[in-house]
Amino acid sequence: MRTLLLAGTALLTLAGTVVPASAQVSDNVIRIGVLNDRSGIYADLAGEGSAVAARMAAEEFGNKVAGAAVEIVVADHQNKADIAASKAREWVDTGGVDAIADVPNSAAALAVQGITKEKKRIFLMSGPGATALSGAQCSPYGFQWTYDNYAMAAGTGRALYEQGKKKWFFVTADYAFGQSLEEETTKMVKSLGGTIVGSVRHPLGTADFSSFLLQAQGSGADVIGLANAGGDTVNAVKQAAEFGITQSGQSLAGLLMFISDVNALGLQSAQGLMLTTGFYWDMDDQTRDWSKKFEAKVGKKPTMVQAGVYSAVKHYLKAVEAAKTDDADKVAAKMRELPVEDMFAKKGKIAANGRMFHDMYLAQVKTPAESKGAWDYYKIVKTIPADTAFMDPKQSGCALVK
Amino acid sequence: MFSLLGVPPQVLFGQLLLGLINGSFYALLSLGLAVIFGMLNVINFAHGALYMVGAFVAWLLLTYAGVGYWGALVVAPVVVGLLGIVLEKTMLSRLYKLDHLYGLLLTFGLALILEGAFRHQYGVSGQPYPIPAALQGGQNLGFMFLPNYRAWVVVASLTVCFGTWFAIERTKLGAYLRAATENPTLVQAFGINVPVMVSLTYGFGVALAGLAGVLAAPIYQVSPLMGTNLIIIVFAVVVIGGMGSILGAIITGLGLGLLEGLTKVFYPEASNIVVFVVMAIVLLIKPAGLFGRER
Repeated sequence: MRTLLLAGTALLTLAGTVVPASAQVSDNVIRIGVLNDRSGIYADLAGEGSAVAARMAAEEFGNKVAGAAVEIVVADHQNKADIAASKAREWVDTGGVDAIADVPNSAAALAVQGITKEKKRIFLMSGPGATALSGAQCSPYGFQWTYDNYAMAAGTGRALYEQGKKKWFFVTADYAFGQSLEEETTKMVKSLGGTIVGSVRHPLGTADFSSFLLQAQGSGADVIGLANAGGDTVNAVKQAAEFGITQSGQSLAGLLMFISDVNALGLQSAQGLMLTTGFYWDMDDQTRDWSKKFEAKVGKKPTMVQAGVYSAVKHYLKAVEAAKTDDADKVAAKMRELPVEDMFAKKGKIAANGRMFHDMYLAQVKTPAESKGAWDYYKIVKTIPADTAFMDPKQSGCALVK
Repeated sequence: MFSLLGVPPQVLFGQLLLGLINGSFYALLSLGLAVIFGMLNVINFAHGALYMVGAFVAWLLLTYAGVGYWGALVVAPVVVGLLGIVLEKTMLSRLYKLDHLYGLLLTFGLALILEGAFRHQYGVSGQPYPIPAALQGGQNLGFMFLPNYRAWVVVASLTVCFGTWFAIERTKLGAYLRAATENPTLVQAFGINVPVMVSLTYGFGVALAGLAGVLAAPIYQVSPLMGTNLIIIVFAVVVIGGMGSILGAIITGLGLGLLEGLTKVFYPEASNIVVFVVMAIVLLIKPAGLFGRER
């Protein structure tokens, strides 16, 4: 009996040592933290939808890579950089989190970038637009996936200029993101030979834009560039229609618009708007399939941010699988080495500054008559090839680029 | 052409008119708050949420029942008013004998619950609500393009504001109301049902918020956060005008709208703090507010 017990114990011990076949993965779990706004103005463009997208990516691997389980955890940063920073710290220090994903709101993302760089954790940015994240503030572990302010300025700014809209007026949200977007667009317009006839800075979360729109109307500009996001853009576009701005020949450019904004505006107010996007659900069979699965879970079509979270998480897991470890240096190297190939990005590649290069699309919002049903919102006017869509890494100011 | 501090007069007139439009929203909302505070001594933090509910009722009516703007203009305030009466009967009425703080906490909690529920159901991006056909388009005034709908908002809210002021300050019903706040026991002794009157007053106050919500729906997005954005400014208006002063709320609402409009021309970055700067100054010089009485 005693020997039997002993043998049993020995067997159990053996079994115990067999489990960590993936000894290279710390604590035997790949934990990905989706950190974003789950309750405020960016909750519809990122929020729970981003978490669902991350889970969809993990499910494609059977929730298992390199022998370790994949776990998705979520938190709300409430658009506050300090909350984002403390949550990221907590996740890394005590939560066993290997990678942080999404983080819309550039201020929050910059805070998380500092922490992931210091603590050597992978940072998969889909939500934030500040070019500094793959520029002066770049990190060997930080990957900017979906879009950035340069891409928005280059896409929409250039397209409108080519249509003969040469005089610009900016209505800008008065904080880091809005100013950076205005600056990038100004550079683009000026480099092409256009002029800036004026700009006005409004506080974040303005309900009434009539005063600013009136100033823009009186400025004689060909196009009014809205360097803001979310609810601010939506209200500005809606009120521009009310004040007869588009009817009088001036154009509006939403420099950062998501499909959730267009959905909120309705086609009646949004029709004709030009915008740049990294993803549209109705591009090909792959995007349609994936978006259909997404819609079944969330009840809406995905925004480019949510689709970007899926793509980034999937690529990360692929790199872990290939590197057979969760060591951030090795995984980051693998991520740069492997091509990004999924429904979101075709032949994507990651540059030294962490910028993921993929094609962007110039889209125009359909008129109510052109739209065939719910979420049939965009006409893709043209594809912007990856190397003109994004800033040349050499000019980004990132110290990692030699 | 002459100019004022570097701003052409056309721009200035335009901005003043826009200020008046915003001011009439402030007036309508702060009026409801002032009525509720003046009559019930309740600081109604749920006011912004009920304004949002008013806008949502209008949107729901249009989307699911096919009831248009004009119908919503009548139905939504009634719905919000009834909701208010239910809240007053079941919860608020238990707090009248306690410190103001309890009413504030209760209504603040209610506001969070209402907003959270709508946010959960409809998301944060908001829902579109079209301008009614009869009020589309606008007039070219020479110095600016005035959308017809905005002109209607000014007329409608000024009419309601001064109607309310008249009803409370100049009619017999208003006299009962004011007497009931001074000495409810005595008024009850004269055979007037004070609790019912108080419920109706609260219902009326929040119905004004609901009405403002319907008026706002075609201009702003119908969004769960629309009340939160506005309520703080409206509170500042009430504090500047003098807590509980009805005429004070109306005049201050319009005045601050104008001031905000001017700020948007001269220094737009400050446009959402100018109201609070004024509030700080008024509180320093005249703690009871411009039109308030010391209690």
